[in-house]
Amino acid sequence: MFAFAHQVLSGLAMGSVYASFALAIAMIYQSTRLVNFAQGEMAMFSTYLAWAMINAGLPYWVAFSLTVVLSFVLGAAIERLVIRRFDSAPVLTVVIVFIGLLVIINSVAGWLFTYSIKSFDSPFPESARFGGGYMSPHEMGAIGVTLTMLALIYVFFRFTSLGLAMRAVAQNPVSARLVGIRVGRMLAIGWGLAAAVGAVAGMMAAPIIYLDPNMMSGVLLYGFAAALLGGIDNPWGAVIGGFLVGVLENIAGAYLVGSEIKLSVALAIIIGVLVAKPSGLFGRVIVARV
Amino acid sequence: MTALLETRGLRAYYGQTQALYNVDIAVEDGGVTAVLGANGAGKTTLLRALCAMTRCEGERFFDGEAFNPRAAEDASRMGIAHAPDGRGTFLDLTVDENLRLGGYTRKDRAGVARDLKRVFDYFPRLKERRHQQAGTLSGGEQQMLAISRALMLRPRLLLLDEPSFGLAPLLVKDIFRILAAINREERVAMLIVEQNANLALDLADCAYLLETGRVAFHGPSSVVRADEAVRRVYLGY
Repeated sequence: MFAFAHQVLSGLAMGSVYASFALAIAMIYQSTRLVNFAQGEMAMFSTYLAWAMINAGLPYWVAFSLTVVLSFVLGAAIERLVIRRFDSAPVLTVVIVFIGLLVIINSVAGWLFTYSIKSFDSPFPESARFGGGYMSPHEMGAIGVTLTMLALIYVFFRFTSLGLAMRAVAQNPVSARLVGIRVGRMLAIGWGLAAAVGAVAGMMAAPIIYLDPNMMSGVLLYGFAAALLGGIDNPWGAVIGGFLVGVLENIAGAYLVGSEIKLSVALAIIIGVLVAKPSGLFGRVIVARV
Repeated sequence: MTALLETRGLRAYYGQTQALYNVDIAVEDGGVTAVLGANGAGKTTLLRALCAMTRCEGERFFDGEAFNPRAAEDASRMGIAHAPDGRGTFLDLTVDENLRLGGYTRKDRAGVARDLKRVFDYFPRLKERRHQQAGTLSGGEQQMLAISRALMLRPRLLLLDEPSFGLAPLLVKDIFRILAAINREERVAMLIVEQNANLALDLADCAYLLETGRVAFHGPSSVVRADEAVRRVYLGY
């Protein structure tokens, strides 16, 4: 029983990382109907920025905050300078642009920081004072940080007028323009927020999966799976999907097949769910009258 | 009275297709102007062209000054509110949130709160449903919401695209009565596009008749109403 609880809880820790990615992906998907394949690499790059700042002697939480702010700026800049140009381009063109971004960011990170794997220290203490050994302090901390961030984002979208404007743009950009909302600016802010969320996820994942330019390839796959499982048009469904995927992955690894092919099992379960419920567990089923 | 809105030689395009040819119209400050015409005459295009929602050329003047909005949000920020074709409801947001968005660009919170009350006075039905998801409203209620959202901007000019579309005749009468009251009490000028020529001419002081993207006829409502051709084609008697 202890072992099972341990697997579930530590699944929640990686799950919180997947949940953040799923949220970032769903946020951009909602306002643009596009899936940002470069989301993982953007987060990886942010994590390197944090690593560089910590190495330069900044205290962890200062580096953390600066990284979040910088990632926001970089994310918004990518939208304004790159994605904006492909506004009315066919979807496949945009997909290629995303893949291009992925490769470029990956290479730039490798060039700047080398491809050797680096360790990334956790800000949380070594030994657990509470939690009864079910989870490591970093796992608990990562879940705490993620939940705090999710709560802040919820409050932002639900209770501020900027958040309301962003929801309006996601839903009906034409109407949003008619009430005077600067749609372009909202899209840039959306990208910035997604990049900031990804940066937090990257910094929480790095102590577990280590830092290297390819660290996000697996994580991003789980993030996509999580978003689809929860319903990509429902950010909160996507978040729940993230936690579910984390737990599924751990349980599959421990009890079903071992860690070598746990990825396959987790994804097989997700495909099973999607076959039965194509819009995801919490997704909206759109019915069109013809 | 002076013209609040004026266009000279307005031409509008959808891609390569030209939809408006040298349209000159004027809306008096505080007045109501109707645009009549059959399906595809360019009525909706005219409203879209005023808000930079479609590519256009020609001159537009607002309040005596040339204006050239680059995007629809610029027109809105000048005080031109648009209750668009299809009503433009934010379906997943509540009625309240839809209305708050209408006043999104305004800085005077007290004024916004006052206008929210005023809008609820005009349309009590919306007040009853203020916490309801806007997508669950009936067509008539969504039209009321579209007009109210536009009013929340406290506009100087209100563009109305077929407020009668798809509504029961009784409800249409109601909405036009309220529009007349709004025009009288708020001194907001209106440019109204309508297929129901009778109702539109009752409300408007002057009217333009569009045919295949051109102004075919225009004048005070009484003159337009008396015109033989208009009567036969658009009024049906």
